[in-house]
Amino acid sequence: MRQTLLQRLLVTLLGWGVALLLFFPILWMALTSLKTEVGAIATPPQIAFTPVLDSYAEVLARADYLHFAFNSIAISVGGTVLALALGIPAAYVMAFHPTPRTRGTLLWMLSTKMLPPVGVLVPIYLLFRALGLLDSRTGLAVIYGLMNLPIVVWMLFTFFKEVPGEILEAGRMDGARTGAEFWHLLLPLTLPGIASTGLLSLILCWNEAFWSLNLTTAAAAPLTTFIASFSSPQGLFFAKLSAASTMAVAPILVFGWFCQRQLVRGLTFGAVK
Amino acid sequence: MATLALRNIRKSYLSFEVIKGINLDVADREFVVFVGPSGCGKSTLLRMIAGLEEITSGDLLIDGQRVNAIGPADRGLAMVFQSYALYPHMTVRQNMGFALRMARVPKQERERKVAEAARVLQLEPYLDRRPRELSGGQRQRVAIGRAIVRNPRVFLFDEPLSNLDAALRGQMRIELSRLHEALAATMVYVTHDQVEAMTMADKIVVLQSGRVEQVGSPLELYHRPANLFVAGFIGSPRMNLLPAQLGAEVGDGVMVELRGGERLMLPRPSGPVQPGQPVTLGIRPEALRPDPAGPLAGEVRMVERLGGLTLLHVGLANGQPLIVQIEGSDPTRAHTPIRLSIDAEACHLFDAEGQALPALHQHPLAA
Amino acid sequence: MSSVTAPASQALEEPAAPAQRRWLLMTPAVGVLLLWMIVPLVMTLWFSFQRYNLLNPTVTGFAGLENYEFLVTDPDFWASLVNTLVLVGSVLVITVGLGTLLAVLFDQPFLGSGIARVLAISPFFVMPTVSALVWKNLMMHPIYGVLGALAHALGMPAVDWFADYPMFSVIVIVAWQWLPFALLILLTAIQSLDGEQKEAARMDGAGPIARFFFIILPHLGRAISVVVMMETIFLLTVFAEIFVTTSGGPGNATTNLAFLIYARALLQFDVGGGSAGGVVAIVLANIVAFFLVRSIARRLEV
Repeated sequence: MRQTLLQRLLVTLLGWGVALLLFFPILWMALTSLKTEVGAIATPPQIAFTPVLDSYAEVLARADYLHFAFNSIAISVGGTVLALALGIPAAYVMAFHPTPRTRGTLLWMLSTKMLPPVGVLVPIYLLFRALGLLDSRTGLAVIYGLMNLPIVVWMLFTFFKEVPGEILEAGRMDGARTGAEFWHLLLPLTLPGIASTGLLSLILCWNEAFWSLNLTTAAAAPLTTFIASFSSPQGLFFAKLSAASTMAVAPILVFGWFCQRQLVRGLTFGAVK
Repeated sequence: MATLALRNIRKSYLSFEVIKGINLDVADREFVVFVGPSGCGKSTLLRMIAGLEEITSGDLLIDGQRVNAIGPADRGLAMVFQSYALYPHMTVRQNMGFALRMARVPKQERERKVAEAARVLQLEPYLDRRPRELSGGQRQRVAIGRAIVRNPRVFLFDEPLSNLDAALRGQMRIELSRLHEALAATMVYVTHDQVEAMTMADKIVVLQSGRVEQVGSPLELYHRPANLFVAGFIGSPRMNLLPAQLGAEVGDGVMVELRGGERLMLPRPSGPVQPGQPVTLGIRPEALRPDPAGPLAGEVRMVERLGGLTLLHVGLANGQPLIVQIEGSDPTRAHTPIRLSIDAEACHLFDAEGQALPALHQHPLAA
Repeated sequence: MSSVTAPASQALEEPAAPAQRRWLLMTPAVGVLLLWMIVPLVMTLWFSFQRYNLLNPTVTGFAGLENYEFLVTDPDFWASLVNTLVLVGSVLVITVGLGTLLAVLFDQPFLGSGIARVLAISPFFVMPTVSALVWKNLMMHPIYGVLGALAHALGMPAVDWFADYPMFSVIVIVAWQWLPFALLILLTAIQSLDGEQKEAARMDGAGPIARFFFIILPHLGRAISVVVMMETIFLLTVFAEIFVTTSGGPGNATTNLAFLIYARALLQFDVGGGSAGGVVAIVLANIVAFFLVRSIARRLEV
């Protein structure tokens, strides 16, 4: 579309203005993490300052930061692996060997995602207490796996659906049975899709803050819970809060940038591509 | 050696029958083409032979052995798909060798067979490329190569040329015919393109809504269509079909009266003839020619000049349209009156049910 | 040449299509989801009719509608219901309205639009506890926050956001998180609009505003409805943002249904009352879910 120079300038300014406004809290958090504790609460706020890594050093020096980070990684990876392990075979059957029941099954899976977590908080809490799973990494990983399973199945289903049926038929003509079909044809063909599904699941697990706040306290607490502990008076250590937050957010931010499009597909259950 | 036999083959989805009892024999080394309009069941039938669709009832015999319950890979068939269905993540070499790998053929033998097929198909320079780096024609050849490597008993082709442009299609037709000769293999080929059917087939099977309309050699179908459907389907431009009425018999001939009152003397059908019987008269466009003394009068509405051929679109006096095909470049202009004569020997008569009235004399090539 | 074909006798022993065995691949996923849905649901329902307080284990037994009665007569419950609706409604209006405008903006080509877009959608990837604390401390803190400094620079008194406008503050945080979600999905939807359709509209004499209302907005209808419903599902149970900023206060000013249930069950250990609240939350979510599932089902091709 043809635009006048003025229009283009206006659009550029507006676009960048909005983008920076939305990104500003994150940027400010990153800046604050590089300040000293005193500099962080200076009024008026410092814009030009000498960056120091003191806060990072202090946060990392607290051995428990690494403990929480490890919990986040273990629980997210565990939940994602569980969701993929259950989801891949199910999506495979539904995409390539559909039956009249497949449609209903998919929609039912979707509807389980609609169950609000608060609605089942009480029984899950009591079950976990009874099973000794409160504040355990395993328990939270299982919850995360189940929580993301419908999204994972749906995303994989839409990716699998894009594999032309004739390719798998050619494989069958060539003598590939279910196992070989999966390893030699399906897996290599849909690896990008499986990877982005896994990535989305990792993001959702990493940022989950309802179950982690309610089911963990210390031993299995991931970073979401750890950061929440800054809401107490020690939150006034702005620089340390910012450093811990920046480290917790940075990796997932990068993942998110990479899989924007798949994210849309996953979060809208294929309704918007 | 490979023969194929279909015995009352049927296919239903739930209560909906798409293949309604097909009987067919394919001889060893025969090139059989299934042709018909889209939705006629030709692809379904091929996929049933391949083992990709279950056979609801009937028997499928390969070399006399019933194979209904045998999986697609174990029937000894190879299939070339419409979309080629090449494995996009594998090189040409891996694509062609995949079936052998699945069958645990030793690597050396595998390499040898792939190299051999690549030589036949002139694919040697492309063996290490991936499908997306190949042109449409090359992909097509890889798909054929993948079939050849398995040394199948029967080759199945599902509209393999429909994704190629016209020039390449012509070239591949010749290549496939050459390959059929070189491999001396039995082939079953599905297409909706009658040119492919006419040029390549030993035997054409015309299908319509799950039934066989006619089986025969290309010229048999062209010169002796068994019914109106085949008459209209085979041949381009289409056969002209005019409603008419039988008149009196005169020796070996019979009088036919058209709607507009024109009377034509045609060879008598071999069966009984009832004067007054309504029929459809079929005239191929090339069996009509301009003739100032001809029995049909009309007006030229449009002229298509193809260089080597000229097509006249004529409206008869009663409004009935006719297409006339003339060799060479004809000077006739549109919107001029015209009279046409008919090659009576090349006319076809069909009864009210659309079945052909068998002719006394047959075209020498359609025997 | 030897044929690769397996001898037919051997092949005959193997069934051609192991359709029944294939279904086994689905059973684990279906099974665990079924458990995950049914068990807690039934337990919630059961508890909601029970006298069950963890602090008072001697009081047990069937409570009938007692828990529900207690719930509906509790002003906190109605306040939380109103708060939930206010929160969901405001965030929806802000995110969908602004999201549509921003999607149109980011659909325009401009210098560095790719990077700008990445920056704009970033808030969605920030974990809820971090966004809440960053806003509470770094942005909205009356003394040290950026907004306070800004007000000061403009000669206005600093505002103690969480004390004076608690609900508004929570809405700002949640909207900041979900605006990128709406933007991302609506932008994807806009970009899937056929360019020729827009050009045809221009040929027909439609200006930019007419194109927005007659071409873009109708095209976005479906995406907007998906955004509204997905957000509603999540927004009905906003928890972490309230947990770390206001803890439902001051008073019950920011207590939504999710926080009320949490407080009942895990702070006051009233399992029965919490469960009754849970049932209400499930019913609310299911009203939305019904429409969402129906709208997605229409597009589903199996």
